[in-house]
Amino acid sequence: MAAERKILLQHADEAYYSPGILNYLAQGGYEGLKKALKQKPEDLRQEVLRSGLRGRGGAGFSCGLKWSLVDRKSGKPIYLICNCDESEPGTFKDRQLVHKDPHQVIEGMMIAAYANDVVQAFIYIREEMPLGAKILQGAIEEARSMGFVGENICHSGFSCDIVVHRGAGAYICGEETGLIESMEGKRPYPRIKPPYFPAVLGLYQCPTIVNNVETLCNIVHIVRLGGEAYARIGRHGNTGTRIWCVSGMVQNPGYFEIETLTMKELLYDLCGGPLPGRKFTGIIPGGASMKILKVDDNFRNRDGRAIGFEDIIIDFDGIQAAGSMSGSAGMIVLDDSVNIIEALANIIAFFAHETCGQCTPCREGSYWARNILARMCSGGAREEDVALLYDLAGNIGGRTVCPMGYSITWPVRSYIDKFRDQFEANAGSNTCGVESFSERLIEK
Amino acid sequence: MSAGKVTDGRIDVFIDGEKVRCPPGTNLIDLVEGMGKEIPHYCYHPKLSVSGNCRMCLVELGTPAMDRETGKPVLDEDGAPKIMYFPNPVIACATRLTSGMRVRTQSAKVRECREAVLEFLLINHPLDCPICDQAGECLLQEFATDYGRGYSRFIEKKVVKPKRTVLGPRVMLDDERCILCSRCVRFCQEVVEDDVLGFVDRGTYTTLTCYPGKQLENNYSLNTVDICPVGALTSRDFRFRMRVWFLKETPSICTESSVGVNTLVGSREGKVYRITPRRNDGVNDTWMSDSGRALYKRIEDENRLIDFRVNRLPVRPEDALSEALRRLQGDKVAFVGSGQSSVEEHFLFNCLSRAAGSVLNCLVSRTREGDGFLISNDANPNVRGALCLGFIDTLPEANLTGLAEKINRGEVDAVVVHNEDLTTAGIGRSLLEKVEVIYLGSHGNGASETASVVIPGLTVFEKSGTFINQQFRLQKFLQAVPGPPGVLDDLVTISRLLNLLGKDEGRLATPAAVWAVLSRRLKCFEGISFDTLPETGALLDGSAFRSLPFCEGPSLHFEPETGTVEARA
Repeated sequence: MAAERKILLQHADEAYYSPGILNYLAQGGYEGLKKALKQKPEDLRQEVLRSGLRGRGGAGFSCGLKWSLVDRKSGKPIYLICNCDESEPGTFKDRQLVHKDPHQVIEGMMIAAYANDVVQAFIYIREEMPLGAKILQGAIEEARSMGFVGENICHSGFSCDIVVHRGAGAYICGEETGLIESMEGKRPYPRIKPPYFPAVLGLYQCPTIVNNVETLCNIVHIVRLGGEAYARIGRHGNTGTRIWCVSGMVQNPGYFEIETLTMKELLYDLCGGPLPGRKFTGIIPGGASMKILKVDDNFRNRDGRAIGFEDIIIDFDGIQAAGSMSGSAGMIVLDDSVNIIEALANIIAFFAHETCGQCTPCREGSYWARNILARMCSGGAREEDVALLYDLAGNIGGRTVCPMGYSITWPVRSYIDKFRDQFEANAGSNTCGVESFSERLIEK
Repeated sequence: MSAGKVTDGRIDVFIDGEKVRCPPGTNLIDLVEGMGKEIPHYCYHPKLSVSGNCRMCLVELGTPAMDRETGKPVLDEDGAPKIMYFPNPVIACATRLTSGMRVRTQSAKVRECREAVLEFLLINHPLDCPICDQAGECLLQEFATDYGRGYSRFIEKKVVKPKRTVLGPRVMLDDERCILCSRCVRFCQEVVEDDVLGFVDRGTYTTLTCYPGKQLENNYSLNTVDICPVGALTSRDFRFRMRVWFLKETPSICTESSVGVNTLVGSREGKVYRITPRRNDGVNDTWMSDSGRALYKRIEDENRLIDFRVNRLPVRPEDALSEALRRLQGDKVAFVGSGQSSVEEHFLFNCLSRAAGSVLNCLVSRTREGDGFLISNDANPNVRGALCLGFIDTLPEANLTGLAEKINRGEVDAVVVHNEDLTTAGIGRSLLEKVEVIYLGSHGNGASETASVVIPGLTVFEKSGTFINQQFRLQKFLQAVPGPPGVLDDLVTISRLLNLLGKDEGRLATPAAVWAVLSRRLKCFEGISFDTLPETGALLDGSAFRSLPFCEGPSLHFEPETGTVEARA
């Protein structure tokens, strides 16, 4: 029977554990920061590189590499931003960390700040988490009063403060350059890269590191354990534990901090399997924008060997080899009670609502796809709609400023690829007489 | 070297297989445009920051593969550098060229990208070209024709947005036509630093608007209409008045100030409908003021002079000229020229003043506070022309005190005036009654009312010539529309008077003829001819006038010389 391996969430759900600093200190809190402050910043950066830590926000980019790209020669101040704009549907891990163990986030931030000579750190927290912002604000005050944040931290001579910045409610603020624009008080239009790589031209055109909440929490444990010891957790290239958020049609949904488990172990052992009388049809592994995996399909592991759905290993490489991405680790499980077209319509409606509107393909394409899917769900599908939807979705991803274009392309194309029979059956069962739609088409 | 580095610091790049040499960091869209080809784009504008949002300029881009170990280019079997193409298309507007880059602007993938972007842009577009003012100069129309699919696959309801939103006193917005390229927003932020425009709402519902309580009312607001690639922003003055394809566009120069903004005068069948800026990277970039655009209204001003008059009675032109001649032949004649006159007019006017033995030449100054951008302190477009021609040798004055004294002392009994109102230049009506005024000008004023001879003239839109701006840049303007029937070109009038006085210059009645003489006679004009003067003008040597205390402050492409500022202080 598989089990969780709790490192980040070791204390969070313990009885009588509250977010106060005394609880955190009683569990060895801020020892990592004290240890870090005795080392050289460049040694800490090496330690993080050695740990193999990959970013937990979505792209899975090496954290150590990200830090190494920071422009340290410009003479400009370096900023650190903790990305707590957790808004990918199906993802709720950062909320747990912030609500239940905020000092771990703060400790991670201060270590990262020291390691990168950061002069000012920020937490960008989404508008929909007012309680989290309040908790963080209180925790920062506590940490400041005990000398872990602010001037001359732990008498080391290093100073860095944290400002909590609340968003105004937009999905796109989770994209790091959109987040930076938002922090600067502008519309969160993601920036073009090149030239605006945050490591060089970030917040206020200064070098900036943007790290996810969970990534920063892992820093604490890398310092406590040492990079090499940390690298032994999990598989090579997928080090550390990861908090997976399982929602949808399982007996026991929730968040699970796991090391290296298969689909079977997570979905059956930890989540209790499908609801009574149901069977799984597909899972969206990494948040709503990722490609769907169909349970009946054959997959490959990262060595290229053919495997079944249940043997997919749940980490960055395992899910990538299976044909999707682990994204923000928000796993949404669908079973045979779910109408796949309605599921897609729901997801695309979200992205059509959340597209920032900067780039033409994403702005217009999401609206168009949403309308076609709405028609499909209300008996107005035409024969040609499946092909049209498939085609237009392909014209979005990879042609926009930020990767959000793929949030239309990937779901639409993967759902149609995997469940084409359902889409075609739907198109054939047009019930509200929209043939008149076709007649209005000029090409006919 | 195979990577393409050459010694003059320029690099080799390959556009659709064609090798081009350019400085490193050149913008890809600009480079391709310089090659006479086109990368279609909406949001990119050469004088604004790159925003990269329209996605119309997607191209395929490849760079030479570099060996990480050695830092040298990787070679393929033939010894040529191996080119790695980016998996996704990239936007040309944000591409700064580096050595050895390969660009495909015509591939099947690029064509597919353009077709897709156009399809997306058009799904929510009202397609109201038949009633849209932009039709005929609309990039959406043009690119849809060149790169579009030709039919629509969209059967959903279009998004409804506000129509006829008044953004300011001169600009109207149709939000449904807006493609959200943000050119106007960036123009207001970056060029005029009047941050009044912005987007509200999200996604396809995004709407352009003014900040609450603000208006788009700065004196450069109409530039947003020019740079709007579609019919979203229209000029309230020009909208619904004329189809743009009927307009004849004539290059001209704005007479608003000594900056000498380059313009295009749009006219049809002898009537001017609008003035738009003409790009000159040395003077006005692609901008001009709203006030300058309104100057065409002076053509049909109620004050316009169309009759030749002697003692306030209409006469035939030749009678007016001979009356003028009679008064010129006295020996107490003074000449008042105008900073609005062309170089050619200054030349002939100066010849006339010499032939008549002028006792005094003067020019009326016209100053006000400029805006540091395209309106300078000097509201006369051609003071430097009068200086170069030697009509005056000091700067013009607001009050012609010297002339007033000479009239009072009886040393002047006739004044030849070109376009200026003497009554506002220190010569009151009581003084004017002591002299005979010969007035040559396009509009009536205090001087023409008391004049014994009035000869009507043309506005800048009705004649050709040159001005010399604050940079001592000689710039050409051409006749856009004919003058009122029977009114003579000022050059013709002055040359006829010279002719009647028996002078050689009497045969110089066109700018080209004047320049044939000028280029030989004056060193600063050496080698210049009217016909071959470049559209962007020619910089003259103004060092002879460096010590004069010009009243200029800085403008877009002009910094006053420090000595000048000191002299003014």
